[in-house]
Amino acid sequence: MSYDVNGTAVEHDEEGYITNLGDWTEDLAGIIASAEEITMNEEHWEVVNFLRSYYEEYQIAPAVRVLIKAIKKSMGPEIGNNKYMYELFPYGPAKQACKIAGLPKPTGCI
Amino acid sequence: MAPLDDKPVLDVRGPGGHPLDIPRLACGAMDDLKSYAAHPKHQEDCGFPGELIDNWQEVAIAKIGELADKNRAFQVYLDACVKCGACTDKCHFFLGTGDPKNMPVARQDLLRSVYRRYYTFAGKHFPWLVGARDLTREVLDEWYNYYHQCSQCRRCSVFCPYGIDTAEISMAAREIMDTVGKGQKYCNEIIAKVKVTGNNLGLNPKALGATLEGLEEDIEDETGVSVRIPLDEKGADILLITPSADFFAEPHIEGLLGYAKVFHEAGVSWTLSSYASEAANFGMFIGSYENMREISLRIRKAAAIDLGVKRIVFGECGHAWRVAYSFLNTLAGPFDFLDQNYPIPQHILEFTHNELEKGTLNIDKSRNDEFRMTYHDSCNVARGSRMGDKPGGQFEIPRAVLRAVCNHYFDMDRDTIKESTVCCGGGGGLLTDELMDLRIKGSSPRMKALQQVTEDHGVTHMAAICAICKTQFSKVMPKFGYEMDSILSVHQLVSNAIILTGQETDEDTAPIEGAATAGAE
Repeated sequence: MSYDVNGTAVEHDEEGYITNLGDWTEDLAGIIASAEEITMNEEHWEVVNFLRSYYEEYQIAPAVRVLIKAIKKSMGPEIGNNKYMYELFPYGPAKQACKIAGLPKPTGCI
Repeated sequence: MAPLDDKPVLDVRGPGGHPLDIPRLACGAMDDLKSYAAHPKHQEDCGFPGELIDNWQEVAIAKIGELADKNRAFQVYLDACVKCGACTDKCHFFLGTGDPKNMPVARQDLLRSVYRRYYTFAGKHFPWLVGARDLTREVLDEWYNYYHQCSQCRRCSVFCPYGIDTAEISMAAREIMDTVGKGQKYCNEIIAKVKVTGNNLGLNPKALGATLEGLEEDIEDETGVSVRIPLDEKGADILLITPSADFFAEPHIEGLLGYAKVFHEAGVSWTLSSYASEAANFGMFIGSYENMREISLRIRKAAAIDLGVKRIVFGECGHAWRVAYSFLNTLAGPFDFLDQNYPIPQHILEFTHNELEKGTLNIDKSRNDEFRMTYHDSCNVARGSRMGDKPGGQFEIPRAVLRAVCNHYFDMDRDTIKESTVCCGGGGGLLTDELMDLRIKGSSPRMKALQQVTEDHGVTHMAAICAICKTQFSKVMPKFGYEMDSILSVHQLVSNAIILTGQETDEDTAPIEGAATAGAE
């Protein structure tokens, strides 16, 4: 199971999360997004970039509430709210946005 | 999610009909549904072979014998069924899918038929007479498929005249499969994670600390009052053990804010532990005593050694409360170092209920007037535990708390609540994306019962006290015409209604007259 990034195979698991986090590139993000039927725009990127920087600091994805608070600060309350996050990532900002950002799938009762 | 378009599929989302209407049979409807297999590393982390072992058949048969020998209840469940049929229409997964293999008796028979073949006289000599089967690869695959379509909710056991508990059989089947290297990804990955990080999410102490600090800021921004959510504070009186979803997901986090406000107003000292930062115990779902014990012992270590607390309180988590209430003492006891004047362990709802009765909480019920509420009894709380000091406390205490903080409360159909509650459809290790089709169908009896009270009483929201239920409903409710935030934490409603000491209200008035009195419609 792999994504084809300009001729290079990037391995992923049965749910589409990449196996080696170091394989992530912006091109790959675009490819994962289209597999999820999402066309990346500025707002998607803002979320993905925040997730990646949070992950770099804490080695885990943020709570949805933390994500929304950060996006509200950077892009305003029209975008930084739960409803809009689900419009951007219909399968949920936690799981779907993490997949595009190349982060592991959050696990547990969530 | 595997497409199932070529199979007979029920229209479970259509309006009308009683929640417990028996569906037309759809034979084989769920034959193809497969939960992802566990990664070899996670299998090994849980103490199981990484992959299916060569002599799996021999080992599995021996394991059945070992379990029947060790666990007399399990053997009785396998021997006692008289095929009376009382359970056949009691499983939400049968009601939702129409697949006869989701009838509890059929689910039991998957294992019973093999047990008979190898462990009974008739099955050894005349297998065709008694429905005994050889354990073949096809049978093993059928086990894997259909034992991962059981949420171990135990509703069927309430209606079985012999009290046969399908959940026990399903747990045993999963243990047998794990023993031969055929485990499920969702459960075993999570158990492996708890052993390293202390919680299902994999949340490390630094991330947990940062999340909690952010939540303290949120409460202060909203109320103007500084309310602490302490982490790893030695010498605190109470250790709160709560599901890690309470640190991550919605509406779970809102419930955590509620616990913090209640503790704050009660004036008790409390703490969370980063080492035992999980109430959930998936060891139960896979029937593994060893894993269940290892996870439980983290709580003991946190309470006794790391923090030296006097009391343990559990947050809103369904199966965690069953493990805590029913098994914690034998798994990780004795708890003689705790204050014996309090329940060991205590549920957060018992704590809050006591405070409401004492009158220490200043409650303005009108703050929840936008919600017309009902309550979903979580299976493991309803049928696997109790709460408070009276029989039925696990049904009455959550309702009493809801009625004390909301003006509009209505119960759903009596046959779908309390001891007869229907499962959310995501419990028992099924809360994983590849089982979404099953989860939606399995939730349909509950969703139909909710639709009834929406129609009859204008109910808008449902409250629950289980992390799995909350996540499951937030995912499936949109399929039944509800917004995803129509599921609330009970302590979210408590949080909404509490006026903290020193908090300025919108009206900037003194506490509203009569606001703390219980009783509703």
